[in-house]
Amino acid sequence: MTRWLRPGDWLVLSLLAAASAYLAVTLWSGGHARTVLIKRHGELFREASLLHDQIVAVPGPLGVTEVEIAGGRTRIRSDPSPRQYCVKQGWLTRAGQVAICLPNATSIELAGGERPYDSLQF
Amino acid sequence: MTASSSDTRILAPDATDHRIARLAAAALVLALVDAGLPSPLPGVKPGLANIVTLIALYRYGFRAAVWVSLLRIAGAGLLLGSLMTPGFFLSLAGGTMSLVGLLFAQRLPERWFGPASASLIAAFCHIGGQLILARAILIPSDGILYFVPAFALTALVTGTVNGIVAAKLLENTHETD
Repeated sequence: MTRWLRPGDWLVLSLLAAASAYLAVTLWSGGHARTVLIKRHGELFREASLLHDQIVAVPGPLGVTEVEIAGGRTRIRSDPSPRQYCVKQGWLTRAGQVAICLPNATSIELAGGERPYDSLQF
Repeated sequence: MTASSSDTRILAPDATDHRIARLAAAALVLALVDAGLPSPLPGVKPGLANIVTLIALYRYGFRAAVWVSLLRIAGAGLLLGSLMTPGFFLSLAGGTMSLVGLLFAQRLPERWFGPASASLIAAFCHIGGQLILARAILIPSDGILYFVPAFALTALVTGTVNGIVAAKLLENTHETD
């Protein structure tokens, strides 16, 4: 075995093994989000698959919040809230991530895999 | 004088051409074996043909490795009927990235780094190239990242095994020209 593997080869092998292990830990922990839960007034408005690119219009007290799903990610595309916090959050990619538009009583949450917390109250 | 059909030019293949053709043929056979083996996930396969690319690199230099690799990819595309399909382009992207990796691997000091290093570097470049193409064009979704660790593990195993096989062959066989 050692005849065909030189010291540097062991180095390259262990470095790449470490990199693979790191990839496995980061990409397989927490799981990949499969669906997005769109809530209005704290109640489920719609559960949409991340595999299907679409734009969902959610009517709220201030107007319409647009939720966009594209390429396995989701974001609040537009919102009538004055400060635009939830829009500025940008794309959500991992399970458990949340964007909340409080003034318009709308929120999106990525579901699937393991949730990093038990419950959220707002 | 105008050219006529009697003006022929003969392009004579020299010893180098024969060598490359022989190696490419061997790589092609291994590529077909690869394609025939059952696989749990597309892209998870032993990549036996890369042993030949490594031998070409170590024995005849980088140019030969490029030729053998590209001829094998084109030939396998023809024989498997996958020419110009997404699978073929994935193979081409992986092969091209592997060659870029080998260009760098070549420069490692021979005393410390053998064919196994080159093989591992090429294997990881291969999955890298495939993933970039797949993520950009074929499956434009981050969902593909879910499979990356499986590909990395495959590259780790096949890269090591193919590298050791290549090292063994380079040690045992002598030129038969």
